[in-house]
Parts: sequence; C-alpha cells; structure tokens
Amino acid sequence: MSVIAAKELRIIGFLCNWCSYGGADTAGISRFKQPTDLRIIRVPCSGRVDPLFIVKALLNGADGVLVSGCHPRDCHYSDGNFYARRRLEMLKRLLPFIGIDERRFHYTWISASEGERWQQVVTDFTKQIHKLGPLHTKTEVRVES
Amino acid sequence: MSLEKLKETVAKVFHEVDVVIGYKQGFDPLHATPCFITMPEQVDQLIWNPLCVQNLTSYLPFLKKKVGIVVKGCDSRTIIQYMQEGLIKRDNIVIVGLPCTGIISVKKVLHEIDNQPVESITFRDGGNVVVKTIKGQKTLSLSDVCPDKCSTCQYPTPLIYDHLIGEPIKSDKPPESVYEDIRKFEKKSLEERLEYWEKEFDRCIRCYACRNACPMCICQDSCIAETRDPHWMSQKLTLPEKFMFHMIHAVHLAGRCVECGECERVCPMGIPVNKLKKKINLEMKELFGYEPGVNLEDKPPMYTFNVEERKIEEYKL
Repeated sequence: MSVIAAKELRIIGFLCNWCSYGGADTAGISRFKQPTDLRIIRVPCSGRVDPLFIVKALLNGADGVLVSGCHPRDCHYSDGNFYARRRLEMLKRLLPFIGIDERRFHYTWISASEGERWQQVVTDFTKQIHKLGPLHTKTEVRVES
Repeated sequence: MSLEKLKETVAKVFHEVDVVIGYKQGFDPLHATPCFITMPEQVDQLIWNPLCVQNLTSYLPFLKKKVGIVVKGCDSRTIIQYMQEGLIKRDNIVIVGLPCTGIISVKKVLHEIDNQPVESITFRDGGNVVVKTIKGQKTLSLSDVCPDKCSTCQYPTPLIYDHLIGEPIKSDKPPESVYEDIRKFEKKSLEERLEYWEKEFDRCIRCYACRNACPMCICQDSCIAETRDPHWMSQKLTLPEKFMFHMIHAVHLAGRCVECGECERVCPMGIPVNKLKKKINLEMKELFGYEPGVNLEDKPPMYTFNVEERKIEEYKL
C-alpha cells in the first residue's frame, strides 16, 4: 500500500454498469495499482443514482462518495447521464450548505476502455478524501475496525 | 370593499363549479380556516383579511371535480407549478385572485401576546393590527408580524387568475432581497453550518407536518419516508433519521418549491425547514435561470436536460 500510508477511510463508489464499471474492470485486468478504500456499488446507469443515495451514505458513515457514469452522449440508455448530471450538480451545490465539504463528493465520466483514467480518478479522489480526513458528523454510526 | 366583491364573485363562480375553496373564520379570532362552498348561503361565511394564511391550492391535485379557488399572489405560483408538472388541468379550475398586501404569522402574534387567548383582532389602515386579550390590548405593526416570505414578496398579485378582486399591485421589495438570508448563512464556516443543522434537526419530532402541508409533496401515501420496501428510513428518533428525512424533503422539491413557506408555518418545533429549499432554488436560478411557478411555458429543470449544459463544468480533482 504505497499510495496511502494512513488508515483506510470509507469511500463509496456508484459506477454505471456499461462504462465506468467496465473501466474499473479494465484497470483491474491491466493490473493498475489502486488504493483500496473504495467500495464499489454497481448501478445500471448513472441516471439510477438518486442524489439521496449520496446523502444517505455521507450521513451514515461514508467519508467520501464517487459517482461515475458514461461520458455524455455515450449513455447506454441514451439520456440517463444527462439527467444524472443535473441532479448531481444540484447536490454538489447543496452539500456545503448543510456543512459537508463538497470535495467529499465527486462525479465524473469514465468509459469502459479508460482503465488508466479510472486509476487516476480513484487515486486522486482517495488522496483528496484522506487530506480532508474522516467526516465527523454527529449522525454517523461508526464501527471501529 | 373587496370582501363584498369577493362574495359576489364566488356566488357567481360556484354555479359553474362543484365546490369553491375559500377562507372562513376559524375556532378563535386569530385563525382562519378553509371553507368549502357548495351552497349559496355559505358565501356569507367567507372572510378576507391578513389572517387568510393557508395555501389552499394544496387541495387541487386530489380533487377530482371542477373546483373554484381563492388565491393570493404567492399561492398562485403553486397552480402554475402544478400545471407545469401536469398535475391539474386548467379547464377544471376557476381561479379567483386576490392581490395581497401581506399576511400575518400566527406564531409571531402569539409570541408577542405571551400566548394568551385572543378575544378580538382588528386591522387598522396603515398596517396596524390591534389584538385584544384578557391581559389588555396590544397594537402590532403588520410588518413586524408578517411571515418572512412577505418581507421579500415579489408577487403580491396572482400570476394566473380568471377573476381578479380589486386592482393589481406591484411589489416594492427589491428582487435581490429574496435570497439575502441564504447568502448570509453561506458566510458561516462549514463546521458552523453542520452544527447549525444538527442542532435544528435534533428538535424535529418527525410529525411530518411539513410534508403534509407542502403543496408540492404529491407522493402522499407512497412517501419514501414511510415505505418499508425499499427501507430508506427506520422509525428511530435519531439524528441521522431526522436529518435524512429533511434531506429527502429538500431534494424531492429541487427546482419545484414555490417558497410558500407552509412547511415552516406548520412546524411545531420552529425548524427553518424552508431554508434548504430556498438554497436549492437559488442554485436552480443560477444554473438554469428557472424560478418555480412563474412561467407556464417553463419545464422544471430536474424533469429535463440539455445536451450541452452551459453552466455545468466537469470538476477537476
């Protein structure tokens, strides 16, 4: 574990089945090194990601949330990620208002062939979350590992 | 006298519809309550004064018949929003519009008179309210006891109506003042903001009054706060659950909240629930130039998209 020497944090990733999950898979197949803080949840499309998934994760102990879908115009369902883009942007702007750093939530677009880009995004995002440290809300239910 | 003209108009209107919804005197002089008119003699029950606070349009999506409705300027935005979302048909409603010079907040009045029972209440010209209790009488300025929405009101005259009682009036409040409180709150640090909300939401008793009073909360019995499959929330009275409930409420109203302030008005714990929604509205205005319930041709921003978003840029890590 060279990327992050510190203790692991909880990062949740919502990945679209058709592009980003494939991208993460490509990175794995190509044996690109990645930090291990991220837990991936596979969703059919980034349009399936309700902004409340992210809120729920952050309020219940996640330190960071990553959402990744197909590049705009590449959606398997033709327009899922366009809707997602508006919703996620809305949430990104709402989070600092309730006192959660908006850098704890990141959304991006990665295609199935972009293994290298996936590696880059995961590494950078994990680094960013580690820089911010654990999210301390009174709401969290933390189980010490 | 606008009350006479209102009665006259309602008497005319209720022949073409099944029911007319207006205001009548409530259980004490301080409260007005909704009134459903189906018979000619009921027209005399109607009242019109700054006590007519409730947003009556909340009934509209659930009434299957043809309805007449009495609306203030702020309430009329709800009707436009309903139509944008296809929840009601314009042909099924007759709107009686009333230009409004401000209403009063019952909570603020009760606070001023130490929660004493009210014996009588009179409205004087020049924006004064005289409240009589057993302890004596108190003169209050209308601008001191109005809800926050009135102090920044932009739409005193209904934006949509079939019959207008009286002359249309223009707002004298600057448009920048609407979101002043939000901008001020944003100057606080992240920790202060989180602390603020945790403190506020900790008082929540999960009575769901804010949801039930909200005209745009149309899921009603299938609200995700109460469904057990998927299980979004438990019935525990813990802070995460309360926080989550208010976030559900806010996010479901993204780009739809007409800022009628009903949620805050009915909250028994005095939680500033409207603040989150106002923040989202501010962002919607900034991102998409959209204001809920103002223009019939608009589409709520979360219901649609542009292939190229001018204002949304990809974030760099």
